[in-house]
Amino acid sequence: MTLIEGHKPITPADGIPVWDVDPYDEAILANPDAYYAKLRELGPVVYIPRYSILAVGQYASAHKLFTNHENFISSRGVGLNDFALEEPWRPPSIILEVDPPDHTRTRRIMAKALSPKVVKSLADMFRAEAEIIVDDLLRESSFEAVTGLAERFPVTVFPKAVGMRDVHHRHLVDYGSCVFNAMGPDNALRRQALERNAIIGPWIMAACARDRLTDDGLGAMIYAEADAGTITEAEAAMLVRSFLSAGVDTTVTGIGNALWCLANNPAEWDRLRADITLARPAIEETLRFTSPVHTFGRTAARDTEIAGYPVEEGSKIICVLGAANSDPEKWGDPGTFRIDRRPLGHMAFGAGIHGCVGQNIARGEIEAILSVMAERVARIEPAGDAVWRPNNAIHALDQLPLKFIPN
Amino acid sequence: MVKVTYIAHDGTETTLDGAEGDSVMATAISAGLDGIVGECGGSMMCATCHCYVDDAWSDRTGPRKDGEDDMLDCAADDVKDTSRLSCQIKLTAELDGLVVHLPSSQL
Repeated sequence: MTLIEGHKPITPADGIPVWDVDPYDEAILANPDAYYAKLRELGPVVYIPRYSILAVGQYASAHKLFTNHENFISSRGVGLNDFALEEPWRPPSIILEVDPPDHTRTRRIMAKALSPKVVKSLADMFRAEAEIIVDDLLRESSFEAVTGLAERFPVTVFPKAVGMRDVHHRHLVDYGSCVFNAMGPDNALRRQALERNAIIGPWIMAACARDRLTDDGLGAMIYAEADAGTITEAEAAMLVRSFLSAGVDTTVTGIGNALWCLANNPAEWDRLRADITLARPAIEETLRFTSPVHTFGRTAARDTEIAGYPVEEGSKIICVLGAANSDPEKWGDPGTFRIDRRPLGHMAFGAGIHGCVGQNIARGEIEAILSVMAERVARIEPAGDAVWRPNNAIHALDQLPLKFIPN
Repeated sequence: MVKVTYIAHDGTETTLDGAEGDSVMATAISAGLDGIVGECGGSMMCATCHCYVDDAWSDRTGPRKDGEDDMLDCAADDVKDTSRLSCQIKLTAELDGLVVHLPSSQL
């Protein structure tokens, strides 16, 4: 059998709309709204011949797909390659690319290390670093907010939280970006990511070794599980690395996207300044509105169905989270950024058993930044054009020139 | 439809019609009920949908799920034997009439 993108080609069931689009075209990745809209309009599930995959963009079918981990599994990869048929580019993640019962064991360890209680204990450190950075930026006439704030903050606080002794700004951010680009097809973005990862990967591996971590961070909590015998030493090292693949670039994107939303919606910024309890709902609305992780895949474990259409075993299905998060059927006025929307059930962190395990720490980091800004920044003004950076799974800004007007 | 009664900390009772398969958390949120936040959307990553299952019902709602204890440990209010994350209680016909009590605070 000739594979397409490392998976089995499929014949779509009768009635599934066929759309000859490349979801990973760089122009679409940079400005995905029209693609999201057409995908939803075509139906609950769409066949994309170029990659012989199914795509799901309506909220109802996307949510159902993601919460049915028995029929739509992760262990065959969450990108386009089917790990049952082709060697993955790296050893599969033991939390992301795995199903129950193996997943239950590692998930529980990570959930404990990233629990609301642990995040609460980090809040003072997050706030102190946010104050330093925001005060620095208030002194600038204008600044590049992607590197100067969205990257700088997580790269400062997250390695501290993990207990890392080695910090490399660029590697820390780019590692996640490479891992996410690898979830796409064999395009230029993926090839560059794999090349780049050949350099970053060994650095990450060394920096996450037990003897390079302090004994009081999240990393030490994971290695303690190896000491307790719940996981092996090698598994502990893998889980610590997954903090970095999943926890830096994603949060960078969340912060950048929040700044973009608030700079472009000054009335919403005024509301946040007037009522700081809106910070957490504002984070949820940012995530819904911009979907930092835009697409994630699953594989059909058996012959099954989506919205009544038969789906054959081995089908790769991409769940277009950005389309689900902007589905008017679900959200009414999805194109309006409203910080008090409280969009419960948005899919920016996924849904179901694989829902983002780091979501508490992500919220904690973004909240620290927004709270400090709300106290000190009267207005966030664009200081040039925002530019989006195409990535096969992440919808992030490449450049965001801003100016902070002090109180 | 499965009827669920939520008794707020101040004693206010609200009875909602839930659909089989939906969770006690999702039923409350879709009706805009105060007292359940459900920040993580049901991924068992927070403890903001904490409830106390009424004694008369705790056998039928069953034991806590794997990992639920760890999250309940982060709940804002006291955790009792009857404490559950309401996102982990899925409605079935058998649960028609379910009564849950809400804590004083979720955050």
